[in-house]
Amino acid sequence: MKAGPDTYDLVVVGGGNAALCAAITAAEAGARTLILETAPKPYRGGNSRHTRNFRCMHSGPLGPLTESYSEDEYLADLMKVTDGKTDEHLARLAIRTSEECLPWMEQHGVRFQPSLSGTLSLARTNAFFLGGGKSLVNAYYRTASALGVEVLYEAAVTHLELEGDTVTRVDFTHEGDRKSVSPKSVVVASGGFQADTDWLARAWGPAAKNFLIRGTPYNRGIVLADLLGQGIAQVGDPTQCHAVAIDGRAPKFDGGIVTRLDCVPFSIVVNKNAERFYDEGEDVWPKRYAIWGRLVAAQPGQVGHVIIDAKSLDLFMPSVFPPIRADSVEELAEKMGLPPEKLRLTLDAFNAACGDTSGFHPTELDGVTTSGISPPKTNWARPICEPPFYGYSLRTGVTFTYLGLKVNERAQCSIGDRAVTNLWAAGETMAGSILGQGYLAGFGMTIGTVFGRIAGREAAAHAN
Amino acid sequence: MQTDLLSEARRQAEICNACRYCEGYCAVFPALHRERAFSDGNLTQFANLCHNCRGCYYACQYTAPHEFDLNLPKALAELRQHSWKTHAWPRRFADLFDRSGMLISVGLIVCFGLFFALVQGMRPESGAGFYAYMSHGLMVAIFLPAFLLPLLTIAISLRGFWRTVGGADLRLGDLWSALKSAGRMKNLEGGHGDGCNFEDEDRFSHARRHFHQAVLYGFLLCFASTSTGTVLHYVFSMQAPYGIFSLPKLLGVPGGILLCVGTLGLAGLKLRADSELGAPKAWGGEMAFVLLLFTVAATGLILYAATGTPWVNWLLPIHLGSVLTLFLLTPYSKMAHGFYRMAALTQEAGAMRRADSTQAHMSLGKEERR
Ligand SMILES: Cc1cc2nc3c(=O)[nH]c(=O)nc-3n(C[C@H](O)[C@H](O)[C@H](O)COP(=O)(O)OP(=O)(O)OC[C@H]3O[C@@H](n4cnc5c(N)ncnc54)[C@H](O)[C@@H]3O)c2cc1C
Ligand code: SF4
Ligand code: SF4
Repeated sequence: MKAGPDTYDLVVVGGGNAALCAAITAAEAGARTLILETAPKPYRGGNSRHTRNFRCMHSGPLGPLTESYSEDEYLADLMKVTDGKTDEHLARLAIRTSEECLPWMEQHGVRFQPSLSGTLSLARTNAFFLGGGKSLVNAYYRTASALGVEVLYEAAVTHLELEGDTVTRVDFTHEGDRKSVSPKSVVVASGGFQADTDWLARAWGPAAKNFLIRGTPYNRGIVLADLLGQGIAQVGDPTQCHAVAIDGRAPKFDGGIVTRLDCVPFSIVVNKNAERFYDEGEDVWPKRYAIWGRLVAAQPGQVGHVIIDAKSLDLFMPSVFPPIRADSVEELAEKMGLPPEKLRLTLDAFNAACGDTSGFHPTELDGVTTSGISPPKTNWARPICEPPFYGYSLRTGVTFTYLGLKVNERAQCSIGDRAVTNLWAAGETMAGSILGQGYLAGFGMTIGTVFGRIAGREAAAHAN
Repeated sequence: MQTDLLSEARRQAEICNACRYCEGYCAVFPALHRERAFSDGNLTQFANLCHNCRGCYYACQYTAPHEFDLNLPKALAELRQHSWKTHAWPRRFADLFDRSGMLISVGLIVCFGLFFALVQGMRPESGAGFYAYMSHGLMVAIFLPAFLLPLLTIAISLRGFWRTVGGADLRLGDLWSALKSAGRMKNLEGGHGDGCNFEDEDRFSHARRHFHQAVLYGFLLCFASTSTGTVLHYVFSMQAPYGIFSLPKLLGVPGGILLCVGTLGLAGLKLRADSELGAPKAWGGEMAFVLLLFTVAATGLILYAATGTPWVNWLLPIHLGSVLTLFLLTPYSKMAHGFYRMAALTQEAGAMRRADSTQAHMSLGKEERR
């Protein structure tokens, strides 16, 4: 901290996308701004550093985006994945504002991938960051520091002191010391609590201890718990988290995008007793991988095992860990720690249930189905019989949690029936205000960018 | 090939192939994404396509201290360095790469000495300008083989390289697109056109690209100057020294200035850049090479300015010594990179053309996911 603890207009808690959007906007409005980021510099940027795209409404071609994507279509896509559990007012605000965000992002240093091949369905709805989320975060830190925003790394906020309806002090630890600042405004953008596996276990049950966390280990919900404990309005189901099935060998934290595994539709998936438990071919994988996060979580040991054979190996994106390979099913079972006779039986039963496979088509729902077994496999059901055989393990990977701070359309937090005069929230930590469940690819960055900018604007206006 | 360098590059390439966030930065990623498994030849090709712009390092969420420990610019730089050694011809000179910094110094001293001796001992009876110090015939007798022999060995090396990387039919169109890419230094533009990361962490700038272009074009101008001089001499029987408005001087003076500015600029950037993102062991050799190029250009310019003064006595051997060192070491110093780079860019242009025509590798990469 270059200045005294009372001289800041704004303290931003967190150092990811939402925090940076707020800090930049406020600094441009003249606010003297300090970012407190708990991570060390190489890990700055929270989950935002793992992202790849931003979902954006547009009425005509915009930057890298082709054609158009209307407010109503965007909202309909959102309603579909959340099953209607969406705050329509805030969702529309986010969607409508996303259109002006894209040029704003470009002006502040973010660069998008040119739409390389026009055939991609996502080239219309989602703008991909050139270099991914970490390059976005880097660009924003550069922009912020050029605007005079100060950043403290390894600064873990522990408590916001609330007097009535006003935050009077921000406590944090830095380089082993306890410190405080008393800014005029505070923006909380410190993400969810998914990295605190104890909290996850309290919400989910002990099985959650076996979950992997796809993103940052620093989003432990410390500020969230502190504020909720002081009566700040909460939103979202505490037992809900967004989870997907990922490679079981992924690191406990920060494995990110590369731990994705896309081979389930071409496989059978068994639990540790070598039993199948769900229709592997229910739908195309992008629409199912969130469901599989939950399915795997419900299996003994929270683990699944994917088995494919030689003919399917090239049908999906290569993954970061090579598959376990064996020349026979029994050998594969041995290597994967599964009961060999049982796996043989399961596989034989599955193979016997496969019928005509001539209509097999890897990228469409092909209706190539099994008959007479339970659970069935309703698409891409081809016998698994061509050695070598390959196996992957699957585990539940948590993306984020839904419990959060309730905000209004000005991103402002409230206590009782009053607004907190100088507290705003942005990003994952308030995303529950919009999404009750489910998730739409690229919407997390939309929420963070839209509400980060709103929070920054409001916080700066308050400080002036 | 050294297996640990290859297996480290392969390990990292496999992570990148599952991630694909860096797709737009340079030619390496589209080439990488066309494959599912990487042969030694693939990796060697990626290494020589990589311009060490570092965009993919600063953008990577998996750099140390993350356990995946990604540092693709370094892995490719070390492999690239190694690939030049393995393709060097004759083989037994391959290790010279490792010592090219020292080699440059020693080469310079030996060549200076040689020229001093020649200049002192064999001063011609007559002759104007520089030829008053050394006869034209003698210069040709030394420089022609010193120029042609390295080119021959480079040609042999490139043939081996082309085989390693699986180069197929060579088309003029591919060569043309490689020339365009190299001329623009497209791979240092960063995909977005903001340049590369080099001297100041993740800040994008065109500094390295522009200085490198200055070196490239400066070198080509100097080369053209020498060539026109040769033509004037032999075809039109016009003897050096040439006036300022002659072709050799009109090309050579700006060329020399560009080369000086470019090499000094590159050396300055190199001092500020993080050497751990390149091949640290090659740093000294690369720096020595940049300074050698500077010496060639600077002494050339000063020599021209000093025409008619006694300084020529000293400057001429220094200049000729450095030129001779540059020529002779071409196959075993950083100078070789230009040739390998062109080969790799040409091969990539061909591979892209073939992939386009078969459409066999439709990208599996962008399905709906977070
Ligand atoms: C692997 C992965 C891929 C994803 N891909 C996409 C995608 O492509 N598109 C998309 O829209 N969304 C994606 N998401 C979701 C997206 O990451 C989030 O919605 C978004 O990054 C949230 O931004 P944020 O700024 O709110 O939180 P974060 O970026 O997580 O930032 C939170 C910040 O708060 C800091 N912090 C936490 N606690 C404290 C404390 N006590 N004191 C100080 N600082 C603290 C953290 O260190 C961090 O810097 C992905 C998520 C994951 C895990
Ligand atoms: S360098 Fe890192 S971010 Fe870039 S493609 Fe490779 S793994 Fe992904
Ligand atoms: S350093 Fe630059 S040129 Fe090399 S692979 Fe990375 S992005 Fe491409």
